[in-house]
Amino acid sequence: MAEVPAIELKNITKTFGPIVANKDVCLVANRGEVLSILGENGSGKTTLMNMISGIYYPDHGQIFIDGKEVEIKSPKDAFNYKIGMIHQHFKLVDVFTATENIVLGLKDEGRYNLKKSAAKIKAIADLYGFVLDPNKKIYDMSVSEKQTVEIIKVLYRGADILILDEPTAVLTPQETRRLFSVLTRMKADGKTIIIITHKLNEVMEISDRVSVLRKGEYIGTVLTKETSESALTEMMVGKKVELNIDRSEPQNPEDRLIVAGLNCENREGVKVLDNVSFTAKSGEILGVAGIAGSGQRELLEAIAGLQRLESGSIIYNNPKTKEQENLRNKTPIQIRELGVRLSFVPEDRLGMGLVGNMDLTDNMMLRSYKKGHTAFLERSKPKELAEQIVEELEVATPSISTPVRRLSGGNVQKVLVGREIAAAPTVFMAAYPVRGLDINSSYLIYNLLNQQKEKGVSVIFVGEDLDVLIALCDRIVVLSSGKVTGIVDARKTTKEEVGLLMTKTFGDAEGGEK
Amino acid sequence: MLGFHVVKRSKDATPWWIAWLIRIGAILLGALVCALVTVVLTGKDPIYVFTTMVNGAFGTERKLWSLLQGIAMLLCVSLAVTPAFKMKFWNIGAEGQALMGGLAAAACMMFIGESLPNWLMLLVMVVTSMLAGAIWAVIPALFKARWNTNETLFTLMMNYIAIQIVSYFICVYATGGSGKIDVINASSHIGWMPSIGGKAYLLNVIIVLALTVFMYVYLKYSKHGYEIAVVGESENTAKYIGIDVRKVIIRTMIISGLLCGLAGFLLVSGADHTISRDTIAGRGFTAIMVSWLAKFNPIVMILTSFLLVFFEKGSGQVSQICGLNASFSDVITGIIIFFIIGSEFFINFKIMKNEKEGK
Repeated sequence: MAEVPAIELKNITKTFGPIVANKDVCLVANRGEVLSILGENGSGKTTLMNMISGIYYPDHGQIFIDGKEVEIKSPKDAFNYKIGMIHQHFKLVDVFTATENIVLGLKDEGRYNLKKSAAKIKAIADLYGFVLDPNKKIYDMSVSEKQTVEIIKVLYRGADILILDEPTAVLTPQETRRLFSVLTRMKADGKTIIIITHKLNEVMEISDRVSVLRKGEYIGTVLTKETSESALTEMMVGKKVELNIDRSEPQNPEDRLIVAGLNCENREGVKVLDNVSFTAKSGEILGVAGIAGSGQRELLEAIAGLQRLESGSIIYNNPKTKEQENLRNKTPIQIRELGVRLSFVPEDRLGMGLVGNMDLTDNMMLRSYKKGHTAFLERSKPKELAEQIVEELEVATPSISTPVRRLSGGNVQKVLVGREIAAAPTVFMAAYPVRGLDINSSYLIYNLLNQQKEKGVSVIFVGEDLDVLIALCDRIVVLSSGKVTGIVDARKTTKEEVGLLMTKTFGDAEGGEK
Repeated sequence: MLGFHVVKRSKDATPWWIAWLIRIGAILLGALVCALVTVVLTGKDPIYVFTTMVNGAFGTERKLWSLLQGIAMLLCVSLAVTPAFKMKFWNIGAEGQALMGGLAAAACMMFIGESLPNWLMLLVMVVTSMLAGAIWAVIPALFKARWNTNETLFTLMMNYIAIQIVSYFICVYATGGSGKIDVINASSHIGWMPSIGGKAYLLNVIIVLALTVFMYVYLKYSKHGYEIAVVGESENTAKYIGIDVRKVIIRTMIISGLLCGLAGFLLVSGADHTISRDTIAGRGFTAIMVSWLAKFNPIVMILTSFLLVFFEKGSGQVSQICGLNASFSDVITGIIIFFIIGSEFFINFKIMKNEKEGK
């Protein structure tokens, strides 16, 4: 096999402020091959591909196309070098047909001759085995058809190098198989295909070589036929990092929240929670691990009363009254009225947990503004609480009347976590509470979670860093595509075990405790 | 490549006084352009033009009261749309809501006639006007809450329906083929707002001032106001803390409609004493600007509505003296608004000279 590198990256570095998204990444993709880019969330895969497709511009490093150094300053430049990217979130005009979307923005003479363009689209579709009606409107299309339009859009523009960002995340297994057969034909036609993914089985199935990124750094490239899923997992998650997080033994754990058989569909009718069952105990930290979008958000929102469920039950054991309450499909107000003290730190801090344009005091009131019998707000207690949180959690803010959106990410999170803890919860849920936080703020949050646990609170922690999950939690529920693929003892498990459970796509959930 | 590029100012680095300097500068610059346009059109010197404007607005006691009444009416409609806007519910239908209020007031005057004492009559009129405005406002809110229809289009369309209803009313009840309704109860003054100390508009002004204070307190210190702010900033946050978003939308639009209806009442009972398609005179739309320019702060809205009414009255005087038609005052107002809105761009962004790109 004569290897002609179609595209080569040398020492690409990209930083966003203090965050290094890519550091000295080197990559080679050849003509007529499928290269997988594998890595956890936040490992810099998408940033890297955005630099090839002209959306970002690298701080350092070189890009070579067919052996010649090039500068890609805009998506237009990328098109000129025959690079096409299919984004995870489709960029299509809903009320246009497939053909109209495909020719949109093109300057060639064909743009006013939609019949001719449609014929050309049909020819491309037939060549690679796509099924597509060029005259169908986008809003009538399924997710997989929309993806087909995106792929043909870049092929129509003559792309030889195709980058697909998590193309299978939105597809059913059957659609995935169809996509793979199309990719195989394109490969045979001499196209270079770069596919971003974190599903190991797909990597093994479709790609010729795999390049692995971890926390922005390039780890290495291996031939697919010479590697195995477990070897790739190790490259992806790395060696165990020692974290000095104190972990106490749970004291008198009682079943606090019994989640059984949760099923939930999103607006498109795709199952986002599939028969999820577990029990959260008092005085322990229950971790939830999974690739982003495996149902973590829906799970927490269902418990918090923000997500409608198709079926299942969420039983809360009230430690005071010893009564059992089913929280399913209750509103947050109803849940509070039942005397359930549930705190929730959502993933979207400024878009959900706090109001960015309001100051600290007004944000403290979010949960409690209804208190008091008058029609007017009572701001003195929230103000005290804001002052107390600023002092105890060392929030860096000019004053408590500063809008929270002006605070840095770590301080925003301290305000939010501080408020939720102040409600003296019996169940404390936190989604990605340390995302984007520096190391000190992260440890402060870990300590707060541990304090809650020692107070007998049942803590549910959705995390993305496996090292942290394993060091902090008592047990870990692993989700994959909305299913529980395992519940493991964090003291005995390994990153590889959790990593494998996270990427397990088919087969039944094992369930049960180990 | 030499040139300029636009940089977003960081919110922390723009102190409030810089923002106000930019705004005042913009108004002065706008006034300058207005003067230039006037000089070109009339050939008079700019100082004369400005003194004519000031005269037109404040010149006589009658003019001063007309200015105050103009401010009060514009402010009243602006106060009405503000809670909806703060909730990010784009109520473009204040014109129709106020017109329905005015129609209700006029209808009371015509049909209940002179059988009630004036105080009771006024009470009946206030209640029916406000209800009419509220009904006109709550219809789009119900559709929004139930089927998530677009409130901008819906409220806008409701304006035209209101105007057609008033047209129908005029057709049927117009006096003697004149095509308009004459001053109602001209002799008995039943349903007319009483004048205080001979000042016909004083009561209107006092009512609107009280309303301004009420709206300020309502938005800033009441639980309702807090809910409106949360829903406006982020519907997700509202749901997260258990606010019933639909309920807040409907309730706030009822308040918005009630106040629009009140504005219609004040215009009919306190000033026109009749109803026409033009009773609201576009205030429902101008109010949107008043509210936005003041960043939804009712107290600041006194200032913005003064500014708009002042230029309208002042340029009206200029066009009268210099023999220009009424569109002249629209031109002047347009220029001023252009500069005020344009200044917001320079508050949020700054222009930087391009530096030579180094690699």
